[in-house]
This record gives sequence, structure tokens and C-alpha cells, in this order.
Amino acid sequence: MAVQSGEKLPMFIWSNPRNRWTLLVLRLLAFLAAAAATLVMVLNKQTKTFVVATIGTTPLKLTLTAKFNHTPAFVFFVMANGLVSIHNLVMIMVDLLRSKLDYKGFRFPMVAILDMLNVALLSGGANAAVFMAELGKNGNSHARWDKICDKFGTYCDRGAGALIASFLALAFMLLVSFISILKLANSSSHISHNNN
Amino acid sequence: MAKTKRIITILLRLLALGATLSATVVMVTSHDSREVLNIKFTAKYNNSPSFKFYVIAEAIASGYGLVALFLSWKSSVDRLIVIMDVPIAMLLTSSTSAALAVAEIGKKGNSHAGWLPICDQVPKFCDHVTGSLIAGFSAAIVYLVLNLYSLLVVLAPLFPVKP
Repeated sequence: MAVQSGEKLPMFIWSNPRNRWTLLVLRLLAFLAAAAATLVMVLNKQTKTFVVATIGTTPLKLTLTAKFNHTPAFVFFVMANGLVSIHNLVMIMVDLLRSKLDYKGFRFPMVAILDMLNVALLSGGANAAVFMAELGKNGNSHARWDKICDKFGTYCDRGAGALIASFLALAFMLLVSFISILKLANSSSHISHNNN
Repeated sequence: MAKTKRIITILLRLLALGATLSATVVMVTSHDSREVLNIKFTAKYNNSPSFKFYVIAEAIASGYGLVALFLSWKSSVDRLIVIMDVPIAMLLTSSTSAALAVAEIGKKGNSHAGWLPICDQVPKFCDHVTGSLIAGFSAAIVYLVLNLYSLLVVLAPLFPVKP
């Protein structure tokens, strides 16, 4: 038996329409936050011209660009957020067409597993980008790495915005994953209670 | 059937405990120094906040693993342990990816930002950090497998036996 009869699990009543819309709204918010993070980071670019030396009267100029794909951590961040937003979009559609896409109740474990994996992916991407951004902001004196945020201020600010959006998406995804696991546990307990 | 499930869970938890403990210990004992032209170049794990976060997260995970190993014998707190496994797994994945990001910069540098790689100056430090990251990565994978197992086999069986 899946759930012992003495155990008490919080039973959401899924026929109650307000509970049905909670999950959808949370998924929508997570999708919006992750998509915003992806877009802001992908379009994050700043070009700046520096005067390197002066020969006679003409200054030597050097143009440097800061883009997101210079850093592998930010590339991983963009990919993780993109995958999470696609996942949420697909899950919203699955939720709206629930009766047509089911096979012996296989839907519940699949959604729970995918949600948990996406939470792990998103947390990995967000944390890698956060520590890379901290390195860019403060530098590392022991390794003789200079900070870059004093020269590329706009790039750093936009990156910070993308990181905040990604952490919001992570918070929403955690709630979504929690509700999906509860749904899975309740569905199996319904099956075993109905068979007894 | 319940006994087999319990044995597999205990085995997975032992594996994860070993991995997290070794990751912590190897990262803490990693240091190397080199003198180049009268400048002493030291590398320790607490030079980088990312590695500090990694050590703290792995230490928390090993402490939790020890407690969970002993508490999972009692069936009253079984559910609580399964619920607490999920944020610990997330903590492990995030700490490993953060440490990996900084270690990758240390190994290859970043030519666009003018950051030189440090691994050729302090090779012993780099090897230690690599070993610790491998252990941390396998700990994260083991915790994910443990979560999936608890979720799909113990909590809500995929193919329930009809009575």
C-alpha cells in the first residue's frame, strides 16, 4: 500500500476550482520570471571605448565589448532559464488538456519528476551565475583578477536584474514542485483507498 | 518488500554521506603556494567566496546525512526525512555548480575580462579542487537518485499492486 492508513497528508480537494487555478497561476508566474531572465541576459551587451595610450597628439583607442557569451556560467544560466520557461509552458498546456493526455494515471509521476529536475537545473544555473557576477563585481585579489563592474556599469546592472528574475522563478518553481509532489501522493492514496 | 526498500535507501544515504564528507575534507585541505620572483603566490580554498559556500553547503549536507541515516530507522519521522531531502539536494546542486563556475575560470581564464588562469602556477591546489568537485558532483547525483527513489517507490509506487 502506498500510504499507511494512519498517515495524514494534507489533502487538497482538487475538484475545488480555486485550488486548480493556484497551480496554473504559479506556473504562469514562474514562466514569466524565467523568460524575463533569459531575455534580459541574452540582450545584455555593452560596448565601451578606452584610451590606451597617446602617441604625439592622437590617442590610441581600444573598443571592448561585454557580452553574456564571453562567460560559460552565463551561457549555462541562459540555457537553464530557457529550458525552465519551455517546461512551464508545456506543463500549462498539459494541465489545461488534462483528460486527453493521460494513460492510467501516468501523468502524476511524470509531472512530479520533471518539476523536481527542473528545480535542480534552475538552482544550478542561477547560483553559478550569481558567483560569477560576484567575481566580476569584487574581483579576486589573491588570483590577481580585476573587477569589471566599474568599467561596464550597465552590463552589471542588467545582469543583476536578470539574476533577481531568475531567483524569483526559482521560488515559484519550488512551490510548483511541492504542489506536484502532493498531487502525486494524493493520487496514489486515492487509488489504494478506492481499491480497498 | 518494505525491507528491501529500506535497505536500498540506507545504502544510498551511506553513499551520499561518504561523498559529501570527502568533498568537504578534500576542499578544506587544499592549499598550495609558489614563489615567483620574490612574490609568494598562495592559493587556499577561502580565497574565493564560491569555494567557501561549497564547503559550508557540503558540511551541512554531511551533517544532515548523518542525522537522516540514524533517524530513518524510526518510521515516525520517515516522511519528514523524505521531505527534507529535496531542499538538501537542491543545495548540493547549487553549491557544486557555483564552485564549478569559478574553478573553470581558474583553469582556463577569461581572455575578455583579462583574467589569467592560475592552474599552471598552483597545480596541487587545482588537482585537489578537481577531486573535491568530482566527489561533490557524485553526491548531488546520488541525492537526486535518492529523491526519485523515495518519491516513486516508497511514497507513491509507479505500479501499485492491486490487492
